Amino acid sequence: MGAALRRHGWSYLFVLPTFALFVVFTLVPVVQAFVLSLQSARIVGGEFIGLQNFVTLAEDPVFRQALGNTVLYSAVVVAAQLTLALVVASLIQPLGPRSQTFYRALFYLPLVNSAILVAMVWRWIFNANPYGLANTVLGVFGVQPLLWIGSSDQALAAVILSAVLTIPGGGVVLYSAAMSSLPRELYEAAEVEGAGALTKWWYITVPLLKPTTLYLLVVYTILAFQVFERVYVMTNGGGPNNATITIVQLIYSTAFQFGRYGLASAMAVVLFIMAVAVAVVQFRSLRSDVEY
Amino acid sequence: MSSIRRRLPVHLVLLAAGLLSLFPLYWLFLTSLSPAQYVVKVPPEVVPRELTFGNYQRLFDTTPIVRWLVNTVVIAGVITAFHLLFDSMAGYAFAKRRFPGKNVMFWLVVSTLTVPAQVTLIPVFFILRAIGLLDTYPGVIVPGLADVFGVFLMKQFIQTLPSELEHAARLDGASEWQVYTRIILPLSKPALAVLAIFTFNRYWNAFIFPLVILRDPAKYPVQVGLATLQGEFNTDFGMLMTGAAVAAIPMIVVFFAFQRYFIEGIRVGGVKG
Repeated sequence: MGAALRRHGWSYLFVLPTFALFVVFTLVPVVQAFVLSLQSARIVGGEFIGLQNFVTLAEDPVFRQALGNTVLYSAVVVAAQLTLALVVASLIQPLGPRSQTFYRALFYLPLVNSAILVAMVWRWIFNANPYGLANTVLGVFGVQPLLWIGSSDQALAAVILSAVLTIPGGGVVLYSAAMSSLPRELYEAAEVEGAGALTKWWYITVPLLKPTTLYLLVVYTILAFQVFERVYVMTNGGGPNNATITIVQLIYSTAFQFGRYGLASAMAVVLFIMAVAVAVVQFRSLRSDVEY
Repeated sequence: MSSIRRRLPVHLVLLAAGLLSLFPLYWLFLTSLSPAQYVVKVPPEVVPRELTFGNYQRLFDTTPIVRWLVNTVVIAGVITAFHLLFDSMAGYAFAKRRFPGKNVMFWLVVSTLTVPAQVTLIPVFFILRAIGLLDTYPGVIVPGLADVFGVFLMKQFIQTLPSELEHAARLDGASEWQVYTRIILPLSKPALAVLAIFTFNRYWNAFIFPLVILRDPAKYPVQVGLATLQGEFNTDFGMLMTGAAVAAIPMIVVFFAFQRYFIEGIRVGGVKG
């Protein structure tokens, strides 16, 4: 033991700060989240109650609403983000290096801003008043002003639209990088066969980009599952009438406004399982991937 | 020239998409600079007729926005500085050194990369309460040092460095610490730049964690402060957009100054949007 420590002491010293912090503030808390989810933890005290919290969640219409909203939001937003990123990256690809750099920067600039600030702007755009910008745009097409975030029927659509209307700059950058390393030979062979640009794109480019698509699918889905700031700001935390409530918003209010830490931890465990499930699906489909 | 003409439709589509993406930012700055009567005008004016700094004057006079900005610089700055040091140390050990337990440790670290941060929120809140760090700057800063994206990033980069220089330095009698400070750190500058930009941006924009940990509005970072403005000036969109503008400007400046590091950072594995 002493000899090993002398020999490897420096190595352990190099990893010690990070690893100690990681254990205390990530590893232990993950385990604790599971333990808390089995307890009736409130502001003080709490005892082991088995799976009771999960039973409560399964029967709670608000949690079911939050789960449904989160899944719907994620499905629509992620599908839109992947499509937009792929199309924009494909359009950028044939351009010269200077144009490519310019467009990548253009699409990434909106993303350096915080979710809070972006949500504040969208709240302003989607407000129910006639001077709201979204309503003005509709007016151009002859549509009467909508209530948007003021209506429980339209609020979730406004939240989803606010996410869809931003080009996913990170995905554009990753797709661009992947496209520039695709093998030229396949395209040359296809050109000999007389394939057009669109045929080549659909039958060569898109399939070869599958690893990037899967990676982005997982990252964007897990990010979408965590949607919080958008509803915290745009709809005052999930309103009206819980029409836009999401899992993380409900975790926040259940724990830090109502002090029901055990129940909120059970929701966090559900979120954790959703994220892991998505990551596992990616891992498995990557393993079955054909190398080129 | 002919290639530009041939590609004109592509450029037009891309520019339109880019402008759509940027439009919320434009609308934010425009509203912040508009006199009150224009903010609620029907229909709203997309091209301004009159600009004023009145909202900015009001914001700086009536809210602690400056204090919030300073808090954010301190919190994000300290977290970034520690990440540069700790992540490069750990990245170096994981990339170049052999020691018992290395693979298990690295596997543990990497396996938590996809865990949503909200999963650990409540337990971390309990830990901070137990050690008396709720509503303190260290309470916001210290847990921020536990995220492991940077370790992964630094390991990936340091792995690509040749080992000859390290060996030569050791033969010359350099200590292990000197190998790290004199060989590894200088060679890692590009990765450290990416890490610095990403970490600072991330903690500049952090919201739910400081919201939960801090009670005293004087300690708020700017994002949490903005959210409280939302409650206070509910329909005063001129004021709200001005607050958002003031919080946006520093990151936009940082982006223009260090653009290529942002793009590089996404490529080495940090898609955040």
